[in-house]
Amino acid sequence: MEPKFAKGGKLEKWNPVFESFTTLAFTPAHVTKRGAHIRDGVDLKRTMMTVIIAMLPCLLFGIYNTGHWEMVASAGDRSIDFWSNGGEKIILGLWVVLPLIVVSYGVGLTIEFIFGILRGHSLHEGFLVSGMLIPLVMPADVPLWMVGVATAFAVIIGKEIFGGTGMNILNVALTARAFLFFAYPTSMSGDKVWMAGTESTSVDGFTGSTALGDLASFMGDKPVFDSLDSFTNNYSFWDSIVGNIPGSIGETSVIAIMLGAAILLFTGVGSLRIMASFFAGGYLMGILLNAVGGNPYLDLPAEYHLVIGGFAFGAVFMATDPVTAAQTATGKIIYGLLGGCMAILIRVLNPAYPEGVMLAILFMNVMAPIIDHYVVQANIKRRMKRLKTA
Amino acid sequence: MSKTVKLRKGLNIRLLGEANKTRSELVVPKTISIKPTDFHGMIPKMVVKEGDQVKAGGSIFYDKYNEAVKCASPVSGKVQAIVRGEKRKIMEIIVEADAEIQYEQGTPVEVSSLSSEEVKAKMMAAGLWLYVRQRPIDIVANPTNEPKAIFVSAFDSSPLAPDFDYVLHGNDAEFQAGLNALSKLTTGKVHLTLNGKAAADATFTQAKGVQINKIIGKHPAGNVGTQIHHIDPINKGEYVWTVNAQDVVIIGRYFLTGKYDARRTVALTGSEVKDPHYVELISGSNVGNLLAGQVTTDNVRVISGNVLTGDKIAADGHLGFYHNQITVIPEGDQLKFVLTKGWMGPGFDKFSNSRLFPTFLLAGKKFRLDTNTNGEERAFVVTGELERVFPFDILPMQLVKAAITDDIDGMEALGIYEVAPEDFALCEYVCTSKIDIQDKIRKGLDLIQQECM
Repeated sequence: MEPKFAKGGKLEKWNPVFESFTTLAFTPAHVTKRGAHIRDGVDLKRTMMTVIIAMLPCLLFGIYNTGHWEMVASAGDRSIDFWSNGGEKIILGLWVVLPLIVVSYGVGLTIEFIFGILRGHSLHEGFLVSGMLIPLVMPADVPLWMVGVATAFAVIIGKEIFGGTGMNILNVALTARAFLFFAYPTSMSGDKVWMAGTESTSVDGFTGSTALGDLASFMGDKPVFDSLDSFTNNYSFWDSIVGNIPGSIGETSVIAIMLGAAILLFTGVGSLRIMASFFAGGYLMGILLNAVGGNPYLDLPAEYHLVIGGFAFGAVFMATDPVTAAQTATGKIIYGLLGGCMAILIRVLNPAYPEGVMLAILFMNVMAPIIDHYVVQANIKRRMKRLKTA
Repeated sequence: MSKTVKLRKGLNIRLLGEANKTRSELVVPKTISIKPTDFHGMIPKMVVKEGDQVKAGGSIFYDKYNEAVKCASPVSGKVQAIVRGEKRKIMEIIVEADAEIQYEQGTPVEVSSLSSEEVKAKMMAAGLWLYVRQRPIDIVANPTNEPKAIFVSAFDSSPLAPDFDYVLHGNDAEFQAGLNALSKLTTGKVHLTLNGKAAADATFTQAKGVQINKIIGKHPAGNVGTQIHHIDPINKGEYVWTVNAQDVVIIGRYFLTGKYDARRTVALTGSEVKDPHYVELISGSNVGNLLAGQVTTDNVRVISGNVLTGDKIAADGHLGFYHNQITVIPEGDQLKFVLTKGWMGPGFDKFSNSRLFPTFLLAGKKFRLDTNTNGEERAFVVTGELERVFPFDILPMQLVKAAITDDIDGMEALGIYEVAPEDFALCEYVCTSKIDIQDKIRKGLDLIQQECM
């Protein structure tokens, strides 16, 4: 079969596709030509597969959680026990989440293959991760066509026009999320989207708002809760950690996210510097806002900020994307700290955006080259100084 | 004032096939070869023609831009062939060796009685100058430059490297004579750097007229580049010369005996060698006879040098000019099924610096690695991995990127003058994106030489 795809063969143009699948099944017989005759076992496929494995706990929990809230929404009854009717909830969840995954991978990979054929290279592995991240950062009730459009936008504008995997400036999955956020604001925020099935609920006045939405209302005229205490009674710290609250599919369970973080950190695929400093930045900003105080949102205990919304998910899976994060060791710490601060700052002080993590990370993606620039300059100056003292 | 340097970064790649400490006697090879390509960037002007007779120490060619720098034949015999490549570039000069080597006899001299210029002139005429290399650019030293120091590393930390303490044991006199000659070449110091973790041989510890330093750490601790960076770093406009320890002995032997006697002890290593051991060889020797019957399988790669920086040679090829080691490892030109030996496999057979493979569980295990790249080339994605094996105060990824983009200002600022391709060998090894980093650095150095030197 191979000769057909080889140079001069009938299907030469399709060689990138052929190659993508054969290299998936077999590590190719490429041998070293120049330089070091032996090479490390690690390659980009294994690295990216590890990230996907690290996301599995979030995905599995997300499926269950989505099923649970769909059941709640259709019954209009918040008192349904989270852990009962497991099988039914999993099926309900799969019914919502699987199509999202299929659309995300389907659209994204098609575009990747087209670019691969145009440029004559096989599939680069970056999208394998992005394709899983995109469904995980979507609200459960988002229309499938929107996911398709957003994925196409993110892959083409966010990545391929820069040259593909490794060249992009913005995190691809967050670009997709941001695209939807700004292009279809009514479908991406507010009360209706966070639970599958809310639209069809027969119970009047039932909303599927999230913790962040309710918190943001403290900044406006009509808060959902009358005090911080009634908020924390409704969303307990423990619930936020377990994750049995509404939210984007993959972001709710801090436990699942931490399992993923453990895999990333143990294998060294995710940067500890970025993760730790991102959490530290968020916590510091939370304390700072507490010190300012004045309304229940500003008074929200700092540790709450780290477990609600997409903060933990962003810190572990989004901010650590090596391509779009800072690349120097010192730069990573600065990048994480600023990103964490910015996420909480936007979340609390900007009433238009209930969640600040997405925008904070995108903003830091843009800033990362500047941070790196100063770190590199410091290194250069240090060695210049050596010349003068010598 | 001696210095002790401790390194935290680096990587020792554990390979099977370390040489046993037995040494086989010198056998004069049928042919030897001199490859001008070993002297990067040098354009040879031939002195001999095919069919000419030469003596050991007789000139074969000289450097077009430095006519005094000559390359000498290490054996006596008949020039069998001058092999040319593209654009008639001279690739190899093959000399059919006599059974008994006839030397071009010079007079032994006491180095201390000579001036710096006389030492230089003698070394260049005898073909010894080629052993002196310079940083920056990592080429044969330009004799008109003033080096601020000369570095000799007393050990080699690369995978399966020969143990210099064993190899040079008993060569005290030659080694000292060689060091004396080197110290004539610089107004600065001659640095001899020992492995801080092992007891060095008296050849090194008793050396006089040099500054003895110690360095402790994993590979590339034994690389002169690492040692220079931590002991007396190079700034723009400065030169440092380096000589391999075995080559110091060859230089010393010349001054003691008046003969260009390029015998050296070479480690025959690698997982595919039946009986890895040391052999005494002449520079450039054909290794065909040596390897016959020694190699376990057919599909192997024979490397002159170590697995990280050596040159691929044919099974009946010739040892490189600077090499002290021959390594034979399996070729990796087979498809590897994803779940067994491929990219998703358990990977107990792979040596990795990352925790994506269980290497870290297998402390002390030695590996049989092949030449498969274990993946396809990609753009840089993973960050921070090069830094873990690069013990310089230099940002490796940024420097490599500057080299790839021909950014001369960037390379200068980021420290290109301090590095040689071999310093990046480990970076190339660990690179997830399988980029040929040494080649990129070499091209960057070539550009710098062309534009700035």
